[in-house]
This record gives sequence, structure tokens and C-alpha cells, in this order.
Amino acid sequence: MMDFGTPVLEPGSANGTKQVPQFNPYQDNGGTVASIAGDDYVIVAADTRFTLGYSIPTRKISRVLKINDKVMLGTAGMQADTCALHKVISTRMRMYEHDNNKRMTFNAVSQMLSTVLYYKRFFPYYTFNIVAGLDDKGEGWVCGYDAIGSFEQRKIVCNGAGTKLMQPVFDNQVDWAQSWDGAGKPNLSLEQATDLMKDAFTSAAEREITVGDTLQIYKITKDGIQLEEFELKKD
Amino acid sequence: MFRNQYDTDITTWSPQGRLHQVEYAMEAVKQGSAVVGVRSDTHVVLATLKRSTSELASTQKKLFSIDDHLGIAIAGLTADARVLGRHMRTECMNYKYIYETAMPVGRLALNVADKCQVSTQRASKRPFGVGLLIAGYDELGPHLYQSCPSGNYYEFYSMAIGARSQSAKTYLERHFEEFASLELQDLILQAIRALRETVSSSKDAELTSKNCAIAYVGKGDTFTIVEDEEIQPYLDTLENSDGKQEEEEEETEDAAEQTEDKPTDAPMED
Amino acid sequence: MFGGQDSKQHTVQPYVTGTSVIGLKCADGVVLGADTLVSYGSLAKNRKTSRLMTVSNHCSLGFSGEYSDFQEIKSTLEELMISEYCMADNIPMQPRAIHQYLARVMYEARNKQDPLYNQLVIGGVLPATGEGYLGLVDLLGTNYESEMIATGYGTYIALPLLRKAYRPDITVAEGRKVIEDCLRVLYYRDARSIDTVQISTVTKEGAETTEPFKLETSWDFKKFKAGSRLIDESTW
Repeated sequence: MMDFGTPVLEPGSANGTKQVPQFNPYQDNGGTVASIAGDDYVIVAADTRFTLGYSIPTRKISRVLKINDKVMLGTAGMQADTCALHKVISTRMRMYEHDNNKRMTFNAVSQMLSTVLYYKRFFPYYTFNIVAGLDDKGEGWVCGYDAIGSFEQRKIVCNGAGTKLMQPVFDNQVDWAQSWDGAGKPNLSLEQATDLMKDAFTSAAEREITVGDTLQIYKITKDGIQLEEFELKKD
Repeated sequence: MFRNQYDTDITTWSPQGRLHQVEYAMEAVKQGSAVVGVRSDTHVVLATLKRSTSELASTQKKLFSIDDHLGIAIAGLTADARVLGRHMRTECMNYKYIYETAMPVGRLALNVADKCQVSTQRASKRPFGVGLLIAGYDELGPHLYQSCPSGNYYEFYSMAIGARSQSAKTYLERHFEEFASLELQDLILQAIRALRETVSSSKDAELTSKNCAIAYVGKGDTFTIVEDEEIQPYLDTLENSDGKQEEEEEETEDAAEQTEDKPTDAPMED
Repeated sequence: MFGGQDSKQHTVQPYVTGTSVIGLKCADGVVLGADTLVSYGSLAKNRKTSRLMTVSNHCSLGFSGEYSDFQEIKSTLEELMISEYCMADNIPMQPRAIHQYLARVMYEARNKQDPLYNQLVIGGVLPATGEGYLGLVDLLGTNYESEMIATGYGTYIALPLLRKAYRPDITVAEGRKVIEDCLRVLYYRDARSIDTVQISTVTKEGAETTEPFKLETSWDFKKFKAGSRLIDESTW
């Protein structure tokens, strides 16, 4: 059904009696993106469910943008803003490649995204991003962002609708946050990380209705990018 | 001093109905080192001859990638080419931003030709002193365009522009009908052969990995520039195949000498 | 902001509206369907207004939402197609390009807080392969491709039916029947719909939109006749 927006009180109207519907330019289309980085790999995962309120208009949209063979961007939040952001990032990436005659590094992409997001500080993109990639030495890293561009580089990040359910699991299983000195912290292999990612999304899909349908897992290694699709629950 | 009184500004016609300044710009293209473009049913290949101002200097760039599906080879003023190149890159990006599809090659050729035309009709401007060969692959297949400082543009099966390009054109005119069915690797060799025609008649003698660069684009291949050590294998292949050819020719010549009047059906050119 | 002497008026809610549009992608093309009613609130303002348009030989478009905004979109699209025609280079504009163009138009309008109050369904074929293309854009610039699309009440009523009927090898002829059935079901339950409909099919041979025609309906279903009462198990 058409969303008419929430009627709000017009600020200037006398004693707030005049009700005027206002256009709400934002919409939450759900989606979760997550990434686990290892010594020589990084995986980026995103579900493909597109929600609008309680409806699922389509079950297959992509939330991930391939920047180059070593870096990817994942975006949750509003789909229209995601598209626009991905267009801006692709264009600026192309300009960078023309100007500098080389690919953008992971660091360059992560800084650029922050700049692009903050540029719209007062009319932000309603998007929650992660940038994952291999650095110059081939080590995996991931940056997590808020909607207006503040970011942090880490080994594990998730962003979007399922964050509240998944982040604690990752803190525990990857970061070993329960241990003060990190004793016994595991060094996950690519396969272990992939399995953990599947479990995390499967669990999130149990309780968070905007997570589901298909999980796309992109595995970035020195040999390039591989896509694995994993089916989540569809209801 | 001046060739005549009608060539001092761009917008003045000569009584013969010519725009001398535009024609001078066309001459600038002929001063640039040669570039060759050839097309098959699936690919376009550009071959270029790079010059350097001195032994101490690096060579001038002749090939520019514009987008994944498109690139140019230039003859004339490199500085002017960079301006056109930047314009073309921007146009391609804008097109992709709006339509999420790659800009058709013909549309871009028209666009850049229009841009060139503007500077032939404004008193405050100077024509671009550069000719382009535009190679691209779009939904209608591979395309090769030439654009001139005058604002004219043409589509070609094969084309060469720049210094001594006439000899390359002669080669292309003789062979272009064979190109349609060629595989990429053979098409590249043909492009280099045509380019070689422009050096064989001059004293700088031969194509090397230093002075030759090629680029290709086509079905399944984004615009890719091949230069420096990467181009050596192609030059080697060419030398080998020509070496064999020459040996064969020599042998048949010997045979012909021995049996004197007998006609020979040995190929006289490759 | 609203109605002030020197302020610009923006559409903040639709007035004259069309209800659902539905579309199904098929192996050899695409089918779109919509009824021909535009409403003014609960008033059936015009009962025979086409809500489908043929954009090009390879592309059709359907709208729901504000009629005036659609007319604006229609004229920008026609302008675009004329300038394409004037290029005279035989490069057909792909449905995907039209879809993305509209997405930019809609998104830029929402960025100015002046949305075009519509959901647009774009159906077409890829001129080269004859493969179907089906996409949606809404007033926020949301855009996606899918095998089946429905707007408005169609999201709730038609989309599940379309998902059930869909096969990757479904033909346009079969798809047409499915779309007609969906429009009939929508007519039974959507109070802002009408039984006069149009169907647009796009195949390699071209885009064709039918004249408005009446749906055959049946009101003899047991539960339609009995009506729903508290004691009924369900209203269906």
C-alpha cells in the first residue's frame, strides 16, 4: 500500500491544531551485512531479502559492490540510498583509476567512503556500510561505518538489521572478547569463518524478520573473489 | 610569411570556401606518429608507434583507456588529446551513472566530434590538433571510429592516421577483407604488420617493444593496453613468420634461377 | 512551508490515484497488467484511463499512484524517446537503461523533497536475446529487478499468486492468463479497483497494449453469497 508518511504537527501552526502530512524521504529496507577478516583472507556476507514494512517485495537484491579484486563494499539500510551510494563510489573509483593509473587500495577505499558519507552529513544516506579487503601485505581487514561516515578498522564487523543478534556472537567467537588477555583466541581459517558466518545468519534469520532468503558470501583471497550462496529461511 | 590573408583566424572563410586554420589543425594530425586500427567480427585492435623527444626521455603516450569497453589511440598534440580523453571519460561515466549501461561507441564518437566542431566556429577558440581512432565494443558489436579536428567523424573497417600512415592504409586496403573472421591474436599481428609499413620506409627502421604499443577490446575482453615487454612476443612471432616467408622466397628464387624460365607460384607478400 | 505566499508547493500526498500494477517475467518476454480506474479518494473519478503506456518497441510501463505525476513522467519519457529517435543510429534503448533512467528521475525528485508520487513497473525485452526484463521504481527511487512485481494492494494479493504461478520457462501466452487471473482477484478484494483492465505484452516482436476490456467475473462463490459473519471460520 502507498505510504503516505506520518502526519506531523506543523511547527509554525497555532497551538498545534493544524495537521499536515509530511513526505518522509527515508525508508528502512532491512538487510544485514557482515565480514570476518583473517590473516590472508576476508569474507563479506549479505542477505538478499528486501523488505518494506512487513512485506517482501522481492527476495533477491544485491547489497554488495565489488570495488576491485581485493576490496568490496557491503551496504544495509535504504535500498534507494544504497544504489545512489554505490553509483557514487563506482564513479569515484573509476576516476581514481584513470587519474592514478592503479587500483584503489583497501585504505584508500575506506577513507573515500567516509568522505562520501560525511559529504551528506545534513541529508545523510540512510545506509550502514562495511568495507572489506586485503591490505598491501595481503592481510584481511574490514571497516564498519555509521550513516554519516565515522568508521573503525577491525577484524570483524556486522552492520544493519541483524547486528544486535549477530555482533555478540562474533565478539565471542572471533574477537574472544570474554577473555581479558585473549589467551586461547582462535585463528579462524577461511572455512571456519564461512561456517560461522552461515550459523550467525541462520540464527539471526530465526528472530529478525528482515533477515532471510539467500545469503551471499564473497570470499576474498589473493586468488581473487569467489561467491558462495547459502539458502536461509524464506518465511 | 602567411600563406594568405584568410588564415589568421579560425572563423574566416577563404574565397575558395576553405577554413585554413582548420586545415592546419588537420596537418597537425599528420605530424603525429602513426596509429593503426583494425576490426574483426568480434574485436578491434589499435597499434601505435611511440616517439620520444630524445634518448633521455620516455616515449609519449599514444593509447588511452576511456572506459571498460572503449579506448582511443591518438595522433597529433598529446596535450589536446588528454583534454578530449578526459571529456570522453566523463561522458562515459555520466552515461553509466544515468543508464547503468555502457555508452554506445557511436554516441561517444558523435559527442567528441561535436566538441571538436565547436572550436572550428568560435573566434575565441582553437581547433584540437589531434586525430583519434576510437575503438570500442558495445551491444551492436565492435566499432572503429576516426575523429578529426574539423569535427568530421567516420566509422571504418580499418584505418590508419598520423605520419606516413598512407603506407599502412595501402596495406589495410589490400587486406582488410580478410580481417573479419580473424582470431584476436591474428588480428593483433595484422595491426602490427600494417603499422610496420609506416616505419619500414624511414630510417628509424623497426618496431621494438620500446616504440610499439597495442590495445584491444572486443567480445569478452575489456579495453586492454599491451606495451613494453608484454608486446615482445608479438614482435617475435611476426619476425619468425616473416623470416620463414623470406627463406621460402629465397629458396624459390634459387629454384627459379636454376630452372630459369619456369614460373613460380611462391607468395610474393604475406 | 505549506501554502505560504512565497513558498513552493510540493506533493506531500497523492490525490488522484491509480491502484495496483502487476507484472510477470516470462521466458520469451514480459506481461504487465493494470485496471483502468483513477480514483479521487473513494470517488471513482475516471473509469477508463489507461495506466499502461508503450515506451518503445521493446518496453512498456505501468504506474500506480498520483496520475498527474505520472503524466509528467510520461512526457519526460516521451521526450527521451524522441531524442533517442533523433540520434538515428539504430541503437535501441534497453529496458534496463529506461528503468535506471526513471530511477534517477525519481530519486532526484525525492532528494528535493518533491517526490513523484508513483510506483512504476517497467517491462521489456532485451532486443538482442529476446529475454524478458521486469523492474520497479518507486517514489523514493527504490529500484529492483524481479521475476514478478506487484504494487499497492497487489503486493499483498497478487504477488503470492504470481510467485506460485511462476516458472522460468513460462511463456507470455501462459503469463497473460496468470496476470488476468490476478487482476480478477484484485478486483474482488481491492475496493479502489475496477473490472475494466488492460494487459501489455512485450516480446521480441514488439510491445503491445490491449484496448481496455471487461474481466469476466463470478460472484457465485459460496462465501461471497453467504457473506462473512462472526460465526464464519474465515472471510474467505
